[in-house]
Amino acid sequence: MADRQRLVEAVRNTLLEEMARDDSVVVYGQDVGRNGGVFRATQGLLDEYPNRVYDAPVAEAGIVGLGVGLGTYGFTPVPEIEFSGFMHQAFHQLQQHVARLRSRTRGEMNCPMTIRAPYGGGIRALEHHSESFEAGYAHTPGLKVVVPSTPADAKGLLASSIRDPDPVVFFEPTRLYRAFRGEVPEGDYTVSLGEADVVQAGDDVTVVAWGAMRHRALDAAENVDASVELIDPRSIVPFDTETVLASVRKTGRCVVVHEAPKTGGMAAEITARINDRALYYLEAPVQRVTGYDVPYPLFAREDEYVPDEDRIRRGIERALSD
Amino acid sequence: MPRETAYEHSIDHVQVLSPDGSVDSELAPDLSEDDLLEMYWTMKRSRRLDERAIALQRRGELGTYAPAVGQEAAQVASAHALADEDWMVTSFRETPAYLARGTPPRMLLWYAMGMEEGSATTRESRTMPPSIPVGSQALHGAGLGWAQEIAGEDAASLVYFGDGATSEGDVYEAANLAGVFDAHTVFLCQNNHYAISVPRAQQTRAETLAQKALAAGIEGVQVDGNDALGTYAVVRDALASARDGDPVFVEALTYRRSLHTTSDDPSVYRHEEEEQEWETRDPIARFETYLRDRELLDDDRISDVEASIEDDLRGEIEAANEGREAVDAEEMFDYAFETPIPELERQRAEFRDAVSGGDGDGR
Ligand SMILES: Cc1ncc(C[n+]2csc(CCOP(=O)(O)OP(=O)(O)O)c2C)c(N)n1
Repeated sequence: MADRQRLVEAVRNTLLEEMARDDSVVVYGQDVGRNGGVFRATQGLLDEYPNRVYDAPVAEAGIVGLGVGLGTYGFTPVPEIEFSGFMHQAFHQLQQHVARLRSRTRGEMNCPMTIRAPYGGGIRALEHHSESFEAGYAHTPGLKVVVPSTPADAKGLLASSIRDPDPVVFFEPTRLYRAFRGEVPEGDYTVSLGEADVVQAGDDVTVVAWGAMRHRALDAAENVDASVELIDPRSIVPFDTETVLASVRKTGRCVVVHEAPKTGGMAAEITARINDRALYYLEAPVQRVTGYDVPYPLFAREDEYVPDEDRIRRGIERALSD
Repeated sequence: MPRETAYEHSIDHVQVLSPDGSVDSELAPDLSEDDLLEMYWTMKRSRRLDERAIALQRRGELGTYAPAVGQEAAQVASAHALADEDWMVTSFRETPAYLARGTPPRMLLWYAMGMEEGSATTRESRTMPPSIPVGSQALHGAGLGWAQEIAGEDAASLVYFGDGATSEGDVYEAANLAGVFDAHTVFLCQNNHYAISVPRAQQTRAETLAQKALAAGIEGVQVDGNDALGTYAVVRDALASARDGDPVFVEALTYRRSLHTTSDDPSVYRHEEEEQEWETRDPIARFETYLRDRELLDDDRISDVEASIEDDLRGEIEAANEGREAVDAEEMFDYAFETPIPELERQRAEFRDAVSGGDGDGR
């Protein structure tokens, strides 16, 4: 059985289902209660679970830091950070405590929290509301980093994240919240973290893209005269390196697409992994199609900043040309 | 051993102009008729700009906009107390304060149109650009105030933030650091009763926000923020104290009468009765009554004011639209660093190529 839902609805329904399944799950964050979240991702949760859903003051370090206490005690905290741009206010808690509690205690304690946050551009938002900082979290050992791009994956990945004993940063692409409806499996449904989705099989070139970029890459692939294999990793940490390598060994060419700035972005890491383990299969340098190394512009200039279909298509053509 | 009181303090509440129009003549500030009328004009102009901006947003011409309807007195009166040498540091809802400071509406519109041109305030104007991360700018206000102390300047800094911001660590750190470093800073918390949907009572168990000053060892005072005369008097005194190295935390009690932003629906989290009750305490209406009583305003003069505001805003909106037509996306590369760095110049070339439809080498 499947039901057609928007990504934001899949998130909301999954939260409800996970709260029903496990009464240790506690949802809290700015405006998540009465208001149902600024994107309405937590709408109705408070009515259903008045003692497990809380509006929090405007205090991100507090929200994430409290989760260490809740998680250690035995709850499963699922806080929302209103926009991922404001998770920087909590970065010290993530980096210094959340990510390393397990290591510090030699596995005696853990922090099973799933921190949900809208991420990425494309909705004409204010300053700091559009950046993607997944590489920064990936650079913090001990954190898992997940980015769903379809309603079904939102359900499967969120359920897996909440059930995961380790801390997960769960980035929801704002551009996709209401962009379309997709089939969402009913009942208990999970997608393992670290298992890429081969969106489309192909022989000539491998394209790796996640979040909103997955959909743009798919559109771009339709307009190139080649057989494109599109891979959506779905989680950045753990990253399904094997699937990407197997694909690159087949196609000999690869393009990585992301919204984040180029320098130090995930594309650099993926390229390095390909160089490490599949260099001799490459017939052309790995191409990166990314945001530029400038502060994410306000929305009058953002369309020029974020890779569009055209830039992705030309990236694919470059990969094919050598 | 019996317990003894280690520390005692209370928080004053100040009101000069009461909702019925009566004035506490002892506390009333000595403002000239021009000053009073200028404050009135700015408050009305801000309200009208908010209305126009909401309409423009609804037509898709602006992005998210945060109206300050109901907070005009708290902002205009406080900003009016600033001298040219003083710094102003704002949050994202400070249209009235920017107007009081002389910032042209076209800049506020540009910012709402998603253009950095709108946040390009100058160092000479001693006005900082809006800060979107809640409360983060309080530290900048403390830093400017500290700089004024080190430089021995007879000036101060005024920093704006909301009630929600007081929950952020940055705001506490700012107040505490300002106290430690004798910063010339006035912290102006506009308690408009809501942080998006979360009411003040759920933000903190503290009875007043002004008392947050006490833990930092600086003075805290609460004022009726819908009372332009009281707010002016309290902030004027606070700035005087700050100029001597004694920072002050002012809580201006007010109410956000409109939306949090244009993407917000207040009916989800607050009641109409409450909104109607605050309508009767509207800061502009109260000030207008006072000015009428003093015979500085009558129906004719009010229509003149309104007509001049319409005129002015028409021109500003036109200018804003012209600016928008001229946006050049490549300028995003101009300001990341003072001197271009090679990798970024390479990316700029790639960008140019992409815009012109070339194939770009992308390496
Ligand atoms: C650090 C940070 N967290 C969250 C947000 C999202 N946000 C925008 S406004 C707001 C509420 C702010 O309330 P308050 O400080 O009372 O100011 P007001 O909006 O009432 O003027 C929140 C949570 C943000 N902009 N910055």
